[in-house]
Amino acid sequence: MPEQKIILDSSIPGTICIKLSGAWLIAAGIPKVDEIIVQVHQAKGIQQLTFDTRQMSEWDSGLIAFLFHLIRECEHKHIQASLQDLPIGVQKLLSLALKVHEKPIVDKVDDESFFTRVADKVLILWDGMLSLLNFLGEIAVAFGRFFTGKAYFRWDEFVFLLQRCGADALFLVSLISVLVGIILAFIGATQLKLFGAQIYIANVVGIGMVRAMGAMMAAILMAGRTGASFAAELGLMQTNEEIDALKTLGVSPVEFLVIPRVLALVIMMPLLTLYANLMGILGGFIIGISLLGLNPVEYWQHTQSSVTLSNLWVGLIHSFVFGVIIAVAGCFRGMQCRRSAAAVGEATTKAVVSAIISIVIATAVITFVCQVLGV
Amino acid sequence: MVESVKAVIQVKGLDLSYDDYTVLRNLNFSVNKGEIFMVMGQSGCGKSTLLKTLIGLKEPQAGEVLYNGVSFWDQDETVQQKIMRRFGILYQGGALWSSFTLGENVALPLQLYSNLTGSQIREVVELKLALVGLSGYADFYPEHISGGMRKRAALARAIALDPEIIFFDEPSAGLDPINSRMLDDLILQLRDTLGATIVVVSHELASIFAVGDKAAFLDTESKSLITIGAPKELLANSKDSRVIQFLTRGVDKERG
Repeated sequence: MPEQKIILDSSIPGTICIKLSGAWLIAAGIPKVDEIIVQVHQAKGIQQLTFDTRQMSEWDSGLIAFLFHLIRECEHKHIQASLQDLPIGVQKLLSLALKVHEKPIVDKVDDESFFTRVADKVLILWDGMLSLLNFLGEIAVAFGRFFTGKAYFRWDEFVFLLQRCGADALFLVSLISVLVGIILAFIGATQLKLFGAQIYIANVVGIGMVRAMGAMMAAILMAGRTGASFAAELGLMQTNEEIDALKTLGVSPVEFLVIPRVLALVIMMPLLTLYANLMGILGGFIIGISLLGLNPVEYWQHTQSSVTLSNLWVGLIHSFVFGVIIAVAGCFRGMQCRRSAAAVGEATTKAVVSAIISIVIATAVITFVCQVLGV
Repeated sequence: MVESVKAVIQVKGLDLSYDDYTVLRNLNFSVNKGEIFMVMGQSGCGKSTLLKTLIGLKEPQAGEVLYNGVSFWDQDETVQQKIMRRFGILYQGGALWSSFTLGENVALPLQLYSNLTGSQIREVVELKLALVGLSGYADFYPEHISGGMRKRAALARAIALDPEIIFFDEPSAGLDPINSRMLDDLILQLRDTLGATIVVVSHELASIFAVGDKAAFLDTESKSLITIGAPKELLANSKDSRVIQFLTRGVDKERG
């Protein structure tokens, strides 16, 4: 295969002729145009670029790619290329490629300073906060309309949502809560054994589950299960223009889609938490009786005496707050979703992540408030 | 003056953009009562963006859209919603609410904005579905029917309240020639029977010539409306190469 060669001939004033010889095949590689551009630039007063391909034996896309790049670079320097001496096929392909109009490309600023990037992030965060506040405001207005009987509400769909948020989650909640109860019992046993106070495992498991762990585990589970499903569902509706169809019909999507979901989860979360508490206590009970040899009656009495009504209320407040957080995060991300499959995935992920982070923050706040109030 | 009285939709000096990216600028046209108005142009020319502004989903950067002389974007939300209630919209993918049956989809506008009883609504729903050839499908869910049927069901929903203006976004997209033709026939029938004014966004030449009374051509490069007129007249008389190229599917003399 004859080697590619490029010779630059600037014998004609104002014109530079690029003489190409050899086989210009993509397999042989594509020469860089930078050196040629430098030479063209050094030869002052060049206005036109011509080509001589009489010594060229073969060509394919490799030649087209080289010439395309070269001509574009020359055009930027106001040097016109004359294609007429190129083979007809090359002329046609280049005309086609050069005819495509460039879309405006937003210049990427590579040397953004640290402060610019921080400022950008802060602005994005600020915009997100404003959108969330706006969304919460819409929810408040929609709830107002719901409680005054002005909202369009489909009860059959609401019942279906209650089932999805409640009964359908029972198996997973049972499994996780029993396991958490078992873990609490084992951890407690290791320490309490040192003092011969294994019976207080009942207190550890009971208070631990009822006051925070039951609500928290149920919430994390529901964030991954129901919160994600809300985000995906609404995101897909956004993609399929179903939400646009509601808006143009004059129906508020928040009223129609968000309110039933928030309400269903807020109702079901405390119930699921009570169930999770029972399952957790059952897990601790199984370990206490079977592996630690504790008396079942004694265990039950210790659980009863340690779990006070205030513990139960604290747990239920947790669950109510978590229900609001999960439903709002799921619906907010779903409603914000852009119109692509990737955006639905992104919305789902964001819904779960923001719900879990908010759950942890809310737990910390509630725990602190309870501490201050002495509850 | 006569035109402004007859004009159901008037677009004046409309500029549309996404953030800093201009999609269309300085659009001016009007659509008369009972007219089938086609908005045509290549992909990416801004047809769907224009439609979003016409149906109240995207606020323009500048200019105004008047419905029967009332400037839509200058009104508060309540008035805008009242105007929008006179619209019927067929979205590109149908946009049927997937958790509703076809009957429930068609019934929702009636439940919201009419005083009909449950049984009357069911009768109207059955009628609307029959009009689009879907009699007996009221209990089906959107996922259980074909794409063409979904579009027809969506059309039944769009005409549920006998709208004054019906907007179609690419009605033939993704449909076979038979279903596409069926939708074109339905568009003509809706105009003739309901007396509706119809705006169709499309780049399907067969539909443009079959149903369009008037067509506006949007150009991607200049981001503007470059011509307006009856499709057949545009084909015969337009001197603009972009319009000719579009209406002849780019078949020029060189290619035969």
